[in-house]
Amino acid sequence: MTTNSTSHEDAHEAHHGHSHGHEAGHGSFKSYVTGFVLSVILTAIPFWLVMGDVLDSKVATVSAIMIIGAIQIVVHMVYFLHMNTKSEGGWTMMALIFTVIIVAIALIGSLWVMHHLNSNMMVMSPEMMKNLP
Amino acid sequence: MSNIQSQSAEKPQFYLEEDHHPEGSTNLGFWLYLMSDCLIFATLFATYAVLGRNYAAGPAPADLFDLKLVAINTAMLLFSSITYGFAMLQMERGAKQETLFWLGITGLFGLAFLGIELYEFYHMIHEGATPQRSAFLSAFFTLVGTHGLHVTFGIIWLVTLMVQVSKHGLIHENRRRLMCLSMFWHFLDVVWIGVFSVVYLMGVVG
Repeated sequence: MTTNSTSHEDAHEAHHGHSHGHEAGHGSFKSYVTGFVLSVILTAIPFWLVMGDVLDSKVATVSAIMIIGAIQIVVHMVYFLHMNTKSEGGWTMMALIFTVIIVAIALIGSLWVMHHLNSNMMVMSPEMMKNLP
Repeated sequence: MSNIQSQSAEKPQFYLEEDHHPEGSTNLGFWLYLMSDCLIFATLFATYAVLGRNYAAGPAPADLFDLKLVAINTAMLLFSSITYGFAMLQMERGAKQETLFWLGITGLFGLAFLGIELYEFYHMIHEGATPQRSAFLSAFFTLVGTHGLHVTFGIIWLVTLMVQVSKHGLIHENRRRLMCLSMFWHFLDVVWIGVFSVVYLMGVVG
């Protein structure tokens, strides 16, 4: 009985210790500096691309901005927000995946619908505009 | 004695699990708040993406945005992110004064960011680029203004916690609060990556 209760106490302690350890955050000086240096590089590249007018094609510049931005978001998530698949039993990651899906639907859906709306609108001539109520 | 123990052995796990559950789930709960905040920004980004080209014969992003200023602003927020990281490292060491010092530096970088952003807004409104001017400007001020408001409340929260830490020290509750603000602050930096990429850089590219 005593051993049973001690082992339970141990498990409780271990669990509490874990959650406490998580609460304190598991970033180290090295991980923060790594994240910072990567962020500076990933911020400097798109600004340089736009301000220096490096690439000739607009599509290439916009694609580069978006890809580098996405990489930088992942860098921030990993090095500053300490995202991983294990914290809170994987529920933070589940919430993140759910949010990313909803965000993607909201963004892509809005652009898709509004683009179709624009292209299906009748072209107005100046005469029609004059006759508007 | 054995009777009490056998009685307690039947049900106690229920109470124990209930007991320490709320403490551990603060992180998850705050994370869920951040995710819902993320959805607010997603709708504002979607609005900007749809309306961002409707200038109503008014000024376009290339006429309005000063990328050097935006670069400085981005640097301010990035610096504030790493200094908050240093504050968290000092908090883990249990060094109260150093934690307060780095929190103060973080707050100053945050204030610099806000100052530059307000200067930019003032400049734009002075030139006639008000939120009422075009759909693009309405969407711009709503999106960037909401981010700025978040930073403002982040700074208020930061000052509150600095007072709390200096009064009560790095107690368990204050560590938990600092952890939540850390997530909030880094989250705002993540949103800013979207803002400078989509609004400023892609706006100037055209």
